[in-house]
Amino acid sequence: MNGRAEERDPAIRRFRRRRLADRVFLVLTVASVGVVLAPLVAVVGSVVARGAAAVTPEFLVSVSRPVGEPGGGIGHALAGSALLVGSALAVAGPFGIAAGLFLAGTRRNRIAWAVRASADVLTGVPSIVVGVFAYAVLVVPLRHFSGLAGTLALAVLMWPLIARATEEVVRMVPRELSEAGLALGARNWRVALRVVVPAAFPGIGAALIGAASRAAGETAPLMFTAFGSPFLALDPTEPVAAVPLVIFNYAVSPYDDWRRQAWAAALVLCVLVLAGNLVSRSLIARRAPR
Amino acid sequence: MTSAIHEGLVPGSIPVGRDAPAPARRNKIEVVELTARYGNREAITGVTLSIPARTVTAIIGPSGCGKSTLLRCLNRLHEATPGAGVSGRILLDGRDLRAEDPIVVRRRVGMVFQRPNPFPTMSVRDNVLAGFRLTGVRPRSPEEVVERALRRAALWNEVKDALDRPGTSLSGGQQQRLCIARALAVEPEVLLMDEPCSALDPVATARIEELVREVAPEVTVVMVTHNMQQAARVSERTAFLYLGRLVEVGDTATIFTRPAERLTEEYITGRFG
Repeated sequence: MNGRAEERDPAIRRFRRRRLADRVFLVLTVASVGVVLAPLVAVVGSVVARGAAAVTPEFLVSVSRPVGEPGGGIGHALAGSALLVGSALAVAGPFGIAAGLFLAGTRRNRIAWAVRASADVLTGVPSIVVGVFAYAVLVVPLRHFSGLAGTLALAVLMWPLIARATEEVVRMVPRELSEAGLALGARNWRVALRVVVPAAFPGIGAALIGAASRAAGETAPLMFTAFGSPFLALDPTEPVAAVPLVIFNYAVSPYDDWRRQAWAAALVLCVLVLAGNLVSRSLIARRAPR
Repeated sequence: MTSAIHEGLVPGSIPVGRDAPAPARRNKIEVVELTARYGNREAITGVTLSIPARTVTAIIGPSGCGKSTLLRCLNRLHEATPGAGVSGRILLDGRDLRAEDPIVVRRRVGMVFQRPNPFPTMSVRDNVLAGFRLTGVRPRSPEEVVERALRRAALWNEVKDALDRPGTSLSGGQQQRLCIARALAVEPEVLLMDEPCSALDPVATARIEELVREVAPEVTVVMVTHNMQQAARVSERTAFLYLGRLVEVGDTATIFTRPAERLTEEYITGRFG
């Protein structure tokens, strides 16, 4: 009897309908998450499955060996990638941070508009085009491939990422904080350097790491700049090895051993980039507003 | 100090000549026909107001009436806001603020904000010294500056053993007093306070009101408040702002007991706002 009364009550019927809709949507969202996650799991899974066995300490430190000779690793490529990404970061970091500070501080200004527009356009330019640019600017005049050209290509890729990310985190610094500095009679540049940048420091660190890990995975801009090298070559005027280049060269080779190593190198690269992103994320989380 | 001569009448002397109607209280700040805008919107319109030296002047009025904007004009912080514009004049000791470098103005006119905003990356000590550090000035004795400023802000006893802790580790009320110490450390002539207690509990509020009374003989205080009881407790003069216009200004006792304007009376008796 009681149940009948409930069914007749329109409020309760409406409530049931809503609960049903709620559940349907929950199922749909969970399914969408699954669809999004599936490729990630598949990619990481296959890389781990095929690469994990070959990743040994020796693989990480030894250099490339000729086909047929057992052993060999990607030590030269890790060192080369570190050199390329590190020097690109040293070039793009200061410029990117300075540009980001400028963008965050000025809104309606023609120069700011131009800087922001060029950063956005540059972010959208395919990385291979940036590689061609570095090729034209450094490789052609110097007449050979070099780490320098690779550094330029990566720096050009990283600069807009750092600038826009810095702009974002600097904007998140509460305005009251910079006003407190201004109200004490400090000049704008001092407030920027001594109040705003320290407050945004974790975020700027995250921007740098994020840009670096993005650059560490780039292959196209390095193919005709740093070119790659089977040796531990750290002379920036010579061709330099890089992990993505090793993956590319080994993966397209006809040798089973090299292809195994390509999978292993892919796993190492994945782990490095993932670690970079995680560190970058945790820095952002730590910069929680008061 | 030459200004001391103008400050009041020498006891027993009879004013003579042109100086006869000398004001009993010198005006530290004169605001003349001040209009301040954000973009096209006028936040305050044609405000004329004088603020006597070494007193506490309260600015009251309902939310959005332009109290904070008026305050932020007094240290030229308003113009640091994008899209902001000002016309009219503000005289500090008789000199037009616009003739001075805003940096110099802000060293003479300190400010405390609505929400405590100590620099999160600095220790308690460095927060107090921030006015020096951020302007490239080296105090002769930093330790003395820190102690004096913290004592004036009634915070010394609570933080003297925690000077190296981050400024943000203090409680809300302590943080606000730290901000007051930071403003007082550079020995400003004027202290602007923008609803300094609105984020604080009644105990912390009482402490801040008390310290405002204590610094008032040395510093000219201008305090924006939405709390009329607070204005009545701490200020000698009260200005009532409504919709960007100055409705009435006078001695606090007069404003609260016998306001000249009907609008003031209605606001004070809580009929709107």
